[in-house]
Amino acid sequence: MTSYVIKDVSILDGKPTDILIRDGVIAEVGTGLKGDEVIDGAGCIALPGLVDLHTHLREPGREDAETILSGSRAAAKGGFTAVHAMANTDPVADTAGVVEQVWRLGQEAGLVDVRPVGAVTMGLEGTALAELGAMADSAAGVRVFSDDGKCVHDALLMRRALEYVKAFDGVVAQHAQEPRLTQGAQMNEGVLSGKLGLAGWPAVAEEAIIARDVLLAHHVGSRLHICHLSTAGSVEIIRWAKSRGINVTAEVTPHHLYFTDEVVESYDPIYKVNPPLRTAADVAAVRAGLADGTINIVATDHAPHPSEDKDCEWTAAAFGMTGLESALSVVYETMVVTGLMNWAAVADRMSVQPALIGRVSDQGQPIAAGSPANLVIFDPRASELVEARKTVSASRNTPYAGRTLPGKVVATFYRGKPTVRNGELSA
Amino acid sequence: MKHLLSAADLTHEAALQILDTAKQLTLATEQGVGKLPPLRGRTVVNLFYEDSTRTRISFEAAAKRLSADVINFSAVGSSVSKGESLKDTALTLEAMGADAVVIRHNNSGAPHRLANAGWISGGVVNAGDGTHEHPTQALLDAYTLRQNLRGGEGDLTGLNVTIVGDVLHSRVARSNVLLLNTLGAKVRLVAPPTLLPYGIEDWDCEVSYDLDASLEGSDAVMMLRVQRERMNAAYFPTSHEYSNRYGLNVTRMNRLSQDAVIMHPGPMNRGMEISADVADSNRSVIVEQVANGVSVRMAVLYLMLGGSESVK
Amino acid sequence: MTNDFLPSGRVVLDASDISRALTRLAHEIVERTHGATNLTLMGIPTRGVTLAHRLGEQISQIQGLPVAVGAIDITMYRDDLRLRPARALQPTTIPPEGIEGRLVILVDDVLFSGRTIRAALDALSEHGRPELVQLAILVDRGHRELPIRADYVGKNLPTARTEKIQVNLVEHDGSDEVRIESEA
Repeated sequence: MTSYVIKDVSILDGKPTDILIRDGVIAEVGTGLKGDEVIDGAGCIALPGLVDLHTHLREPGREDAETILSGSRAAAKGGFTAVHAMANTDPVADTAGVVEQVWRLGQEAGLVDVRPVGAVTMGLEGTALAELGAMADSAAGVRVFSDDGKCVHDALLMRRALEYVKAFDGVVAQHAQEPRLTQGAQMNEGVLSGKLGLAGWPAVAEEAIIARDVLLAHHVGSRLHICHLSTAGSVEIIRWAKSRGINVTAEVTPHHLYFTDEVVESYDPIYKVNPPLRTAADVAAVRAGLADGTINIVATDHAPHPSEDKDCEWTAAAFGMTGLESALSVVYETMVVTGLMNWAAVADRMSVQPALIGRVSDQGQPIAAGSPANLVIFDPRASELVEARKTVSASRNTPYAGRTLPGKVVATFYRGKPTVRNGELSA
Repeated sequence: MKHLLSAADLTHEAALQILDTAKQLTLATEQGVGKLPPLRGRTVVNLFYEDSTRTRISFEAAAKRLSADVINFSAVGSSVSKGESLKDTALTLEAMGADAVVIRHNNSGAPHRLANAGWISGGVVNAGDGTHEHPTQALLDAYTLRQNLRGGEGDLTGLNVTIVGDVLHSRVARSNVLLLNTLGAKVRLVAPPTLLPYGIEDWDCEVSYDLDASLEGSDAVMMLRVQRERMNAAYFPTSHEYSNRYGLNVTRMNRLSQDAVIMHPGPMNRGMEISADVADSNRSVIVEQVANGVSVRMAVLYLMLGGSESVK
Repeated sequence: MTNDFLPSGRVVLDASDISRALTRLAHEIVERTHGATNLTLMGIPTRGVTLAHRLGEQISQIQGLPVAVGAIDITMYRDDLRLRPARALQPTTIPPEGIEGRLVILVDDVLFSGRTIRAALDALSEHGRPELVQLAILVDRGHRELPIRADYVGKNLPTARTEKIQVNLVEHDGSDEVRIESEA
């Protein structure tokens, strides 16, 4: 296998150094290293390969929006070396059979580790537990379970799920949305929703479920993970829960770090997402929460949709934004450039902790000799105008279309092979 | 004026221009003038996704009286009901040469999409979108107020207008609050707390839960339609309780000042938000509102299509 | 050095010129209509209406009978609608006597291309069928683009096409005068 040396690159916040990659691992870190191929890392940052705990790859069932291959390509382009594929496919990933299919397709694509997420309830219907154990024992080795897209709203069922997954060190990832408070909801409930005539999605519908579930997790002694946390109140509840020693982790999406609900005034469905974009106060709170570690990780909630599901009026449009390709630049702009986090913190939130939560043993490792060579090389001096037509994802619903984002992924290494070189996918 | 999507689009001057133009057009009607020529050769499309005979006929009459060609496109039984998207419908209308599209849609923001997505090049008139806005309704309401208050001199500054009913779901309320403020009037909204939108404190108006206390000093009372079915979604316990607390009956009407007028955008739920006797009383200008709708819509179409801004 | 507060151009008719012209027009109208009692003057907004009222006063003084005066707005009948943003409408006032079967004299301040008068004829036809329509004008500046001519002319003023005529009347502009302004 070819060996690669990345020259003069800063590992996180460190001074420039060389990294030698050989036979799938980081062979050496030091100066004056030599390899078969040279990659110029001057001015760039090296981070462990990013791990996404929340991605929608749409296959099986919605291959018109994305496939495991196209999604893997988008992930690699964004600097990811592992993604967790959510279960709301068609058929739903609620059996060993479906999760093994997803896992196998990920292996065939061979660009990132595709870790299937198993549904908590059968068919995502919220009434009966899915065969969680079978999925855990399958070749896919599922550890993260989620009905994402929908909330496990029945308190008793959520309790049972939290208890049951302890047997195989699983974690339930809750999409916190009380359905009775959000029927027909279109955007954040606030002054703007009243003005625009769009049904509101109140913050309390997220916070009430999180409050309930952290107490449940505490009571039964389980781990709990909260998906796409979006409100200031939710951050406070997580902070309180952690101060009580409750084993809860939380994620925030890049778009919730970047946008407020004011962009909805245009009625452009590119900004329609679940949970919705929130107020400036909420954005400030989630940024602070990510910076101080209350929010453990960034997860993209990459949600591809075909153009007819977005090229229409707001209420008819689907919820969701793509995010794999832009994630690192958005986190760079909202958290690093603003001085809220350094690169070590970025690596922690986007690689180390997601790998821990997902129990992915060979990802999120320190960039040191002996670690698997899963790396991303990022050039913070570059910038890119985001164009919807040019997305690697099969879908074009990026909310950053027309905006310039700072920084660029220059190279991504997956198990020692470059999936991205010179900013472009390798073949 | 390229589009009329929201009452907030209108400055004080623009609103007055529409109302003054409408007045001249009403006079022309009274003088027996049949058709006026300025929109000859223009095509106006009525794109109605919601069933509304009254508003559609009003727009159709307005366009025809200005000599425009009118194409009616109603959702029922058309390609739309077979699932054709708004985008494809818009592209068809563009191919047909529509100079303006008057759109009524049950989704808030549909007119904004039509105007801004780049599907059509003509002007867009919002004839009511979901629970968002209905700007021409607010214009004809303002026109009716101008004609009936202060001896018809046309100045609404400082007048107290009380709007009662399901504000949460009312596009008429939203447009009226915006336009009446632009014209210098003062608005008071009255509803049970469940029928007021979150963040109402931020709106440019007073808010009250008490109808009886709010009638004092009102120069005009506008009753909004309240659907009985809302009680099934727990907005109020029974329609009986709703009309007791928030309905305009004769007793309440008699407490208004002599010159105060009673309005309703229609269609009315007689017995629910307004009693039949009140609706038919001589204080009610409800029928006049409908008639004024044609002149106001003629003014909007004339100002939108009668000059150079509409030339593509 | 030009003073911004002084209007440019030259005065071609002053207040007394205008007064004499209107008096002469009034007498001409009475004479040529043989003292008609079914006369309706219809001014074209804005200044044509003012002139129509002045003429109407003078004629009624001469005849000893009131004269019907009204206004006919031509905004929507213009043939150049698409060349400028939609213009505000002016009031159309049909006097109680109406125009059906009457002797209507259109009144305007300046006759130039004739297109305004063509529009006025179209607008008028929506309100009835006069027995006869004539045209009274304060200033005829030539350069007709349609076969339209005035029956009563206050003053013939040959002008270059690029020159602008400004008619000021006390009721609108503070003083009575007609100025010619060259294209600067």
